[in-house]
Amino acid sequence: MSRYTDVIIAGFGGQGVLLIGNLLAYAGMSQGLNVTYIPVYGVEMRGGTANCTVVLSEDEIGSPIIHRPEGLIVMNRPSLDKFQPRLKDHGVQIVNSSLIDQELAEKDRVRSVLVPANEIADRIGNTRMANMVALGAYVKATGFLPLEAVITSLEKVISPHYKKLIPKNAEAIRAGAECVK
Amino acid sequence: MTRKSPEKIFIKGNEAIARGAIAAGCKCFFGYPITPQNDIPEYMSQALVEAGGEFVQAESEVASANMLLGAGACGIRAMTSSSSPGISLMQEAISYMAGSEIPAVIVNMNRGGPGLGDIGPSQGDYFQSTRGGGHGDYRTLVLAPASCQEAYDLIIKAFDLAFKYRNPVLILGDAILGNMKEAVSPWKPAPVDPAEAADWRLEGAKGRGPRLHKSLYLHEGELAGQNKRLQEKYLAMQAETDFELYRTEDADLVVCAYGSIARIAKSAVRKLRKEGLKVGLFRPVNLYPFPSGPLAELAGQGKRFLTIEHNLGQMVEDVRLSVRGLADSEQFSVYPGNLPLPDDFEEPIKKALAGK
Repeated sequence: MSRYTDVIIAGFGGQGVLLIGNLLAYAGMSQGLNVTYIPVYGVEMRGGTANCTVVLSEDEIGSPIIHRPEGLIVMNRPSLDKFQPRLKDHGVQIVNSSLIDQELAEKDRVRSVLVPANEIADRIGNTRMANMVALGAYVKATGFLPLEAVITSLEKVISPHYKKLIPKNAEAIRAGAECVK
Repeated sequence: MTRKSPEKIFIKGNEAIARGAIAAGCKCFFGYPITPQNDIPEYMSQALVEAGGEFVQAESEVASANMLLGAGACGIRAMTSSSSPGISLMQEAISYMAGSEIPAVIVNMNRGGPGLGDIGPSQGDYFQSTRGGGHGDYRTLVLAPASCQEAYDLIIKAFDLAFKYRNPVLILGDAILGNMKEAVSPWKPAPVDPAEAADWRLEGAKGRGPRLHKSLYLHEGELAGQNKRLQEKYLAMQAETDFELYRTEDADLVVCAYGSIARIAKSAVRKLRKEGLKVGLFRPVNLYPFPSGPLAELAGQGKRFLTIEHNLGQMVEDVRLSVRGLADSEQFSVYPGNLPLPDDFEEPIKKALAGK
């Protein structure tokens, strides 16, 4: 069986879901995998929902669009409502419990990992790194890629102008991973 | 000639097209904004100028297509890109380019229609692309990439074909290809031969007689002569077939699909193969000329066919023409406005395989 996984990352505009989608894709590339990334924007420019689908595969990738994903990162309530029912049985979802009532996360059909991503990011220094916390949790929970591959790919998605923020983002990724038992 | 660089870049299909065009020696870009292809002019507006070319945001698609005609008449490698409603506006100029044998590259990132439709993916422009699209009796070469790497490769090929045949060449993608990111190995083809248009381009008539490019032929026999020449050219173009076969050798059913839909169909075919079903995939890379010969060969082996498209059924006509007398093709549509999903393709493939 060749290695394959896919994930939908969803939240509202401004939560950086497209950024961590890109980061995950770069991490996959660094491991020699085929990757696809496709974003879907809401019609609204700001405050709307945004999501992207990332596919990581040893084989050539067919569809870049996935209806029933193996993995899910949901950063807000509308995203959970929309995508949780589509998550495959035994799939893994990272639920941002800072913004989503944890009672809403399914427990038996799928594996829900509750991560208070905003609180953890606040503690590290900036609530805007909640996306990195969630990604760290996803990478640890799935074990599909080494965490270090994600951290070393940060320089691919953070522009040179903001290079000084890389260590903090790396810290956020590690803190997210530590939430996962 | 293919010198792939070791470093892979992670870019959208739109950007792959823009980068490939510059690598192919494109010197002029004319365009007018429309979703879902805006990354192409956005990239060109900076990178093409840095590469020594000219970028013009025209006042309309009509203007950009006519600027393209002018650049092509001067033997300059030039392009435009747009999406469905914008491509409709360009058809008059494309017909004139075909009539006066002007090379040009035109990119259509197909969106939902008819009319303004939506900004999502669609294959509704298959007929428009492969049947000429404008008035008069003409054909354009049509290349349909299914991945970001292929988008990069085919735009380079498109410029070569445009000048080889002195004819407009279309790249037909969609909103999936345009917005999707994949790893691409950029490469640079051999430099453009500076004399590639030397014997026909307009460059001032110093020291020689004037040259004339036109599509108006009023004298008796003149237009018929031009149409005969064009017909001979379109026949010569038939050599330019390109296609992909996936697990067709022992297949009972061959799914026919192009572009983004082909790779989604491939996912479904791969999954059904794991369930033991004898299905395969035929993907035309060139939509005009359509690779009829290889399809007829498959039909001759007794295979059944199912054409899957993101429209109401257009390419299925070419599939049926290709296999006529030997087989027929079932047809499955994803309506423009809906997103195509591999799960949706499994049932129709199973049904077609069972002959129901």
